Amino acid sequence: MGMQVFHRSTNVISRVTIFGGLFAVVGALFLLAAINRSPWATRQGIAREQPVQFSHRHHAGELGIDCRYCHTTVEDLAYAGMPTTQTCMTCHVQIWSDSEFLEPVRASWRDEKPIRWIKVYDLPGYVYFDHSVHVNKGVGCQSCHGDVDDMNVLWQNPSLHMEWCLGCHREPEQHLRPRDQVFSMSYHPPADQLSLGLQLLAEYDVRPRTECGACHR
Amino acid sequence: MRELDLEPIRERLAGRTGPDYWRSLEELAGSEELEAFLHAEFPSAVEEGIDRRVFLKLMGASLALAGLGACTRQPSERIVPAVHWPEETPGKALYFATAMPLHGYATGLLVESHEGRPTKVEGNPDHPASLGATDAFAQASVLTMYDPDRAQVIRRVNEIVGWDRFVESFGRVLDGAQANGGAGVRVLSGTVTSPTLAAQLAALRERFPSARWHQWEPVNRDTAHAGAVLAYGEPVDLVHHLDRADVILSLDADFLGSGADRLRHTRELVSRRRPKGHTIDPSRLYVAESGWTITGSVADDRLPLQAGRTFALARAIASRVGVSVGANDDAASLSPAASAWIDAVAADLAAHRGSSVVIAGDGQPAAVHALACAMNEVLGNVGKTVDTIEPVAADPSSQLESIQSLVADMRAGSVEVLVVLETNPVYDAPADLDFAGALGGVRHRVAVSLYDDETARLCHWHVPSAHFLESWSDARSGDGTVTIVQPLIAPLYGGRTRHEILSVMLGKAQQTSYQAVREHWQGRLGSVDFEKRWEKALHDGVVPDTRAAARPVSLQANLASILPAPPASAEGLEVVFRPHPTVDDGQFANNGWLQECPEPLTKLTWDNAVLLAPETASALGVENGDVVTLELAGRSVRGAVWLVPGHAASSATAHLGYGRTRAGRVGDGRGFDAYQLRTTEGLGFAPGLVLKATGDHQLLSCTQHHGTLHGRHIVRSATVEEFRRDPEFAQHVEHEPALDDTLYPNYPYDGQAWGMAIDTGACVGCNACIVACQAENNIPVVGADQVARGREMQWIRIDRYWTGEPEEPEVHYQPMLCQHCERAPCEVVCPVNATVHDSEGLNLMVYNRCVGTRYCSNNCPYKVRRFNFYLYADWNTESLKLQRNPDVTVRSRGVMEKCTYCIQRINEARNQARKENRPVRDGEIRTACQQVCPAEAIVFGDINDPESQVAKAKADPRNYSVLAELNTRPRTTYLASVRNPNPELAPKTKGGGKKGHGGHA
Repeated sequence: MGMQVFHRSTNVISRVTIFGGLFAVVGALFLLAAINRSPWATRQGIAREQPVQFSHRHHAGELGIDCRYCHTTVEDLAYAGMPTTQTCMTCHVQIWSDSEFLEPVRASWRDEKPIRWIKVYDLPGYVYFDHSVHVNKGVGCQSCHGDVDDMNVLWQNPSLHMEWCLGCHREPEQHLRPRDQVFSMSYHPPADQLSLGLQLLAEYDVRPRTECGACHR
Repeated sequence: MRELDLEPIRERLAGRTGPDYWRSLEELAGSEELEAFLHAEFPSAVEEGIDRRVFLKLMGASLALAGLGACTRQPSERIVPAVHWPEETPGKALYFATAMPLHGYATGLLVESHEGRPTKVEGNPDHPASLGATDAFAQASVLTMYDPDRAQVIRRVNEIVGWDRFVESFGRVLDGAQANGGAGVRVLSGTVTSPTLAAQLAALRERFPSARWHQWEPVNRDTAHAGAVLAYGEPVDLVHHLDRADVILSLDADFLGSGADRLRHTRELVSRRRPKGHTIDPSRLYVAESGWTITGSVADDRLPLQAGRTFALARAIASRVGVSVGANDDAASLSPAASAWIDAVAADLAAHRGSSVVIAGDGQPAAVHALACAMNEVLGNVGKTVDTIEPVAADPSSQLESIQSLVADMRAGSVEVLVVLETNPVYDAPADLDFAGALGGVRHRVAVSLYDDETARLCHWHVPSAHFLESWSDARSGDGTVTIVQPLIAPLYGGRTRHEILSVMLGKAQQTSYQAVREHWQGRLGSVDFEKRWEKALHDGVVPDTRAAARPVSLQANLASILPAPPASAEGLEVVFRPHPTVDDGQFANNGWLQECPEPLTKLTWDNAVLLAPETASALGVENGDVVTLELAGRSVRGAVWLVPGHAASSATAHLGYGRTRAGRVGDGRGFDAYQLRTTEGLGFAPGLVLKATGDHQLLSCTQHHGTLHGRHIVRSATVEEFRRDPEFAQHVEHEPALDDTLYPNYPYDGQAWGMAIDTGACVGCNACIVACQAENNIPVVGADQVARGREMQWIRIDRYWTGEPEEPEVHYQPMLCQHCERAPCEVVCPVNATVHDSEGLNLMVYNRCVGTRYCSNNCPYKVRRFNFYLYADWNTESLKLQRNPDVTVRSRGVMEKCTYCIQRINEARNQARKENRPVRDGEIRTACQQVCPAEAIVFGDINDPESQVAKAKADPRNYSVLAELNTRPRTTYLASVRNPNPELAPKTKGGGKKGHGGHA
C-alpha cells in the first residue's frame, strides 16, 4: 500500500470547490442579469427630483392643460419639445408670481439662464426614437409615459428595455387608440381592445418595424 | 441667430496643445508619444508581434474590464430648453442659402443647421455655379469653421487685446496717415468679386486718395485676363458651354477640377457623355497636359505633354484651323505622337465649326489663352459655345504686377501701413520677391486671417477673421451672379469680416458687416420694396439680374505680330505648379477631411509628392518615396517622389499647398513647400529643374497602391463604336449564376426596396462624395500613420484603375461603397448578429451589438467595411462636437462601420411618408453622395418601382454588378463607361467589352 498523500476529506473539499465554483459563476451571471433589470440600472419607477418642483399632476391632471401646450413639437418631430422658460412665464407672471417654488423659473427668466431639467426618459445614444410617427399612428402618450397626470414628480414608467419596445412593435393592436384620444389622460381601452386595435391598425396603416435599422443607425 | 454657450469651448481651447485635444488627428500628424501610447494601450498582434503570455494577460484583463464596464449605469443627462422661444424649432433641421467664396468666386450653398449649428453643406440648385452640387472644399468647410486651431484672439505683437483697443490704436495710425492722403496706406487682398467690398475699397480712395489696393492670389487668373487683352484688347471673362460642344480641346486646362465654373462644367460635359438607352451622341474631349488633372483623366484622347511645349502645340493646332499665327510649323519641334495628335485634333475641330471649344489652362502663359480665343473666334464658336462677358472680378488687372509693385514700395520704405486681408503672402507669394524680407520695412502691419499663419506671425496686429459661415458678405459666381453671404452662426472665435476692417479704415468702426452689405444693396436694389427683395435674395441665394453683361469683342487683327514667341524649348526637366486637388493653395491644409481625402490620381493622402513619369524616375534612379532635392535657379527644396503612369516625360508636377509651418496642428510639416521654387518667372511652370536623390526615404500614405484588376472585370468600358455595336457590352462579360444557385435563403422584397446605380462613365473622380459622406455620417479622421496601415475610415472610396499602355494609360474611376448585397457574405459570419438585413434590402450595421471580431470585413468581397481600431472619433473637443450630425451615432473603438445608404435620411423620409399615409416618393430620399455629385453619377431609390430613376438606370443596357459571379446580388450596380476616342489616333489597347482588362502597376 502506497501512502495516501491526501486525506479523505480532500475529496469533499474538491467537490465543494468544483461545484461551488460552478454555482458561484452561474449565480454571478444571474446576479448581473438581475442588476441589469433592476430599477437601479433602468431607473424605472424612480421619481427624479428636478431643479424646479414642477408637478405634472397639478398641471396636466388638476388643471387639465394639454400635453401639447408645453411639448409643442410632439406631433411633427422626433423630439417632443421642452417648454422654454417663456412658456412657464406666460402664466406665471400673473399666477403664483411670488411663489417660492417658482423662484428657479423666475431666476432663469431674470438672468437669461436656461433651466437644466433632468432627463427622465433617457435613451442610449444609439437609439433614435420618433415621437411624431407614434402619436400620428394612434399611440397614446399614456401608453409609454403612464399616468403622468397623477405624478407629482415624474418617473420613468417603463423599463425602456428593447424587449419593452418590441412588445408593442410586435403586437401594436394591443395598444392602439383612436387618434382623438392620443392626448387624453382619462382614456380607458374598451373591453374588446383587440378588435378596436385591429380596426385602427388597418385604418391608420400601422406597420411597426421590428428591424434593427428602425431605431439603430 | 441663437447664442451658443461658448465659454466651455473657449476655456478648453485657451492655450491647449496637449495630446488629449485632437487626439485622432494628432495621431495622424505623427506624434511619437501618442503613437507609443496607443500601441501600449491596444497593441496589435500582427504588427507588434507580442508574445503569448502578454496576449493572454491582455485578453484576461480586457475580458474582466469589459464585464465590469457593462455594469456601469448610464449617467444622468440634462435637457436644457431655451429661455425664450427660439426662432427655429429645436429638433428640426433648417436650411439657409449662402455662398462659399473660393479664390474670390462664389459657389451657392444651402447649409443645414441644427439648433443654430451649421452641420452640413449642400449645393443650391438655383445657383448657376452650383446647380445643386458642391465640391469637396465646400463639404469640408464646416470642419474649418469649427477648427479649434483657428485664431481666437486679437493679438498686438505678443499681447492679447480687445476689439475696441484695436479700433482705437489702428484708428489713430490711420488718422495720422490722412495728412499725406494716405500715401503709405496699402491693402492687400485676394481676388475680390464682392460688390460691397469693392465699394468699400473705392470709398477708401476717397478718404485716402493716395492709398493703394493690391491683390495677390497664388492661384489667380492673370494669364487668362492678359490673354484676353492680347486677343481682344480688353480683359473679358469667358463662359464656356460644354453641353453645346461636340469637340472640346483643353490646353492644360483643368476646367473640371478648378476654376469658378468647375461644377457647371462637370454637369455639362457629362450630359453629353451619357448614352440614352441604346443611343449616344457624345462629345469628344481632347486634353494636352503634363501631369494628371481630373479633366485629363476623363479625356477621350489625352496627350501627355510638357507644360512648356503647350504653346507650340496650341500654335500648331491654331495654324491648322486657320488662325494666322505667322510662324513655321511648330509640330516639327514636337514628337511624332504629338504631331499626329495635332493633325487629328485640328481636323476634328475644323469639322465642328460652331460646336467646338478650346480652353486654355490658367497655368499657361497669356499667349496660349490668346491662341485659344483666336481658335474659338476662327471656328465660329464665340456666341455659341463661348460667351464673352464683362470681367466678374472687381479689378481684373495683373495680380503679379500688383504684388511686385507692393514689394518694391515696401523695400523702398514708402509703405507705412499694410493691411493683409485674408491672404497669406509670406507663404505663397513668388519666392524671388522675398515678401517676408520686405515686410520688415513696413511700420504698421495688420493681418486679418482665419489662422495665426505665416503672414500673421510677422505682423504687429493679427485680427482673426470670420469664416464665411459666420459672415455677412456677398460674392459673385463665374457668370457674375451675386449671392448674399449670410451667416449660419455668430462668429465662434470672435472673428471679424473684411467689411468690418474696411469700416474701421473708413472711420465707421460702429458699422457691422450686416449694415455694410445691406446698405450697399439698399443702393442697388432700390428703396421700393427693398425689404421684400432683400429677403427674397437671401432666401433664394441669388440676387436676380446680376449676371455679368455680355461684352461683344472682336479679335485683334494683328494678333500674329503681337503674339510673343514661344519659350525656347529647353532640354531637361521642367517643374509644373498646380494647386493641390484637396488642400488647394494651402488654405485647407489644416482640414483633416481634406488632408485624408486621397488625391484623385495618386491616391496619396496627407502629403504631396514630386510626381514623375516612371521612365523619368528610372532615368534618375529614384522610386516611390525616395526623397530628392529639387533645385531650380539657385533655390532648393526636398520632397518625396511618386511615380505616375501617363505623366509627361521630363516633367515634374509639384502640387502647391503643402509644407506649411503655421497652418495648425493638422497641416504643419506635411509634405514639401513648392512655393519655395515658384518665382515671378515661372508661376505656372519653369524649365531647368534638377532633381538629386538624397538617399532618404519617406513613407507616403497611399490608399490604393496598384489599382490593377488581376484579370477581373470590375470596371467595364467601351468605345462609342463598341457601344453602338453592342450596347449591352458590359453584361456579356461575366457569368452571373442563376438566382437559386446559392446556399443563401431567398428573401422576397415586396415593399419598397432600396438600391443604387452609379454611372462610372459620368464620374470624374472629384472626391466630393467622399467628403460629403464624411460630413453627413460623422466619419472620423485617422491620420497618415493609420492610413498607411490601411485603416482609413471613409465609407465611400473612389477606386482609380489604369488601363492601356503605361505611357498613355486610360483612367477609370469607380466609387466603391457597401454594395448592400441581397446575399451578404458579411452577415452569415457575424457571431452576434450585428450586421443583418432588413425587409427593404438594407444591409444594417448595429453598432451596439458589434463586438469587433472583424469577420464581416474579412468576408466582404468588396472590402468596404471600416473598423475603429482606435477611438478615432474625437469625443473631447467641444467645438468639433457641434459639427456632428445629430441623426447619426458617433462610433466608438472596436466597432465596425460602413455605408448605410444614409439610413438616417431613409428613416426620416419613411416616417414622414407614414405620417401622411403614402409611400416614399421617388427622389424624396437622396443619399449624401448622390446629392453632392456634380455629375449626377449616383441615383438612389426604390428598385421595385419601375418608374423610379434608379429602376430606369438599372434597366440601362450598360448596367452591371461588380463580382456578379459570386451571386451576392448587390443592390449597388454600376453603369459601364463609354469613351469616344478619335479612331484616327493610334488605337490603344482598350480594356472594355469582352476583351477584358489589362491592368498594370
